[in-house]
Amino acid sequence: MPILELQNLTKSFSGIKAVHDLSFKFSGGKITGLIGPNGSGKTTLINVLTGLLPIDSGLIIINGEKLSKILPHETPTLGLTRTFQNVRLFNQITVLDNLLLVLTDKGPIKTLRPHLGIIAQNKADEILHQIQLYEKRHNLAGDLSYGQRKLLEIGRALATDTHIYLFDEPFAGLFPEMAKIVEAILKNLRANGKTIILVEHNMTLIRELCDEVVVLNEGKLLAAGTPGQVLSKKEVLDAYLGE
Amino acid sequence: MIAAIYVILALSLNLVVGYTGLLSITHAAFYGIGAYAVAILSTTYHLNFFVAMLIGIMVATLTALALGVVLGKFRDDYYALVSFGFNIIAYSIFINWTNLTRGPLGIPGIRRPEIFDWVLRSNFYFLILCVLLVALVYFIVNRVTRCPFGRALKAIREDEEALSVFGYNTARFKMISFALSAGLASIAGALLASYITFIDPSTFTLNESIFILAIVIMGGLADLRGSILGAVILVILPEALRFLGLPENQAANLRLAFYGLVLIILMFVRPQGLLGKYKM
Repeated sequence: MPILELQNLTKSFSGIKAVHDLSFKFSGGKITGLIGPNGSGKTTLINVLTGLLPIDSGLIIINGEKLSKILPHETPTLGLTRTFQNVRLFNQITVLDNLLLVLTDKGPIKTLRPHLGIIAQNKADEILHQIQLYEKRHNLAGDLSYGQRKLLEIGRALATDTHIYLFDEPFAGLFPEMAKIVEAILKNLRANGKTIILVEHNMTLIRELCDEVVVLNEGKLLAAGTPGQVLSKKEVLDAYLGE
Repeated sequence: MIAAIYVILALSLNLVVGYTGLLSITHAAFYGIGAYAVAILSTTYHLNFFVAMLIGIMVATLTALALGVVLGKFRDDYYALVSFGFNIIAYSIFINWTNLTRGPLGIPGIRRPEIFDWVLRSNFYFLILCVLLVALVYFIVNRVTRCPFGRALKAIREDEEALSVFGYNTARFKMISFALSAGLASIAGALLASYITFIDPSTFTLNESIFILAIVIMGGLADLRGSILGAVILVILPEALRFLGLPENQAANLRLAFYGLVLIILMFVRPQGLLGKYKM
């Protein structure tokens, strides 16, 4: 059953269509690779899905709810969370606080209460162990290495505990041991029935991890199917791999 | 007394500039609202200082909430410019709404605070009141910035857009932070009016907003002790120039030059301020 559907979605920048009349159904409980050459519209699509860019035309359907407008602060309620292509942590607060921000109440009046729930604290500890940053929990996020910052951003997405995870190049710049942690997280999410959309340029990872692959080129859908099917198509090789 | 008033102004402005990262240049407007509330209500309506101060806090807070709706649509330099515009409008109201404020003539004869039948005429008791109100403002700002609300403000300062996708309606947080800051600033205005017993619009100009901002930046963004230190240095230290024996008109100009010089040096040597952790 499709959990996320795009219907004729279009997003333009000064007349240039970054996402062009795109229609696709993402299946629930799978990892779908979103690939394409630079400028093909992958990150724009994620920004539109999370409300950071307004929809020009078309619809986004999430769990049957038709949406022509998404506000950024509504995305967790809609069941979406994300990471960013360029890591965007809150550098001047601690690693733990980066997670607690996501785990505690978000209403301005509720956040004026001084005490945070023990449930949030326990969940934060659990995620910190999962991303192997428990020992660094009291460090400022800005003091972490690049790889650790990437892991923390993934941890922040995990803390949202939604249905659909949009990971924008989570493996980029990671050491192999850190990449293994991310790989395990993605597999674990899938095993728990979560839907993952993975933007990635590493085709080996795409083949290993993804159940489906969607290829974008110049904002349009170029191909979709299993990794084996898609990555052997001539038009994909021509557009994406330049072969 | 004056230093205590500026400590309140700096602590309250730090909530917006230091913790939320919004360059607000309109604090003198809320300072003025608090001062005029006490001046008008105590001279015309003979209200007790504390009642008048509470009304001033409400007026400043509600004004800031309304202004916050407009300011919420802007960021960075544009936010500063819009806030700057509000200070000019507020000053214009103070000087032109003569039926209410007596315009440039100002309002004289403002009463000192009264607790039942006891009037705080002595400067010593007035100082105690100032210190108590400084402590109250410190407690409120400290509490707000240490609870999850404060954590969200710091995240807005860092990356408002990124925070919003995790379920935060950041416009509301900015509005509440701004309104709370305005309400607290009005307390300083109430104290000033009652201490000097005369106010006129010349105290609540854009220059005053810039001066308060200078205190916050010098003391340190997002550090409450810094706000206290900044206020003490920028208010008390220039007074020491009086003892150099310079003519009064030169001393006044030197004080202004001193503020400017200190800020320029600080931006080179320690841009995060004396005790601050965060750069603008």
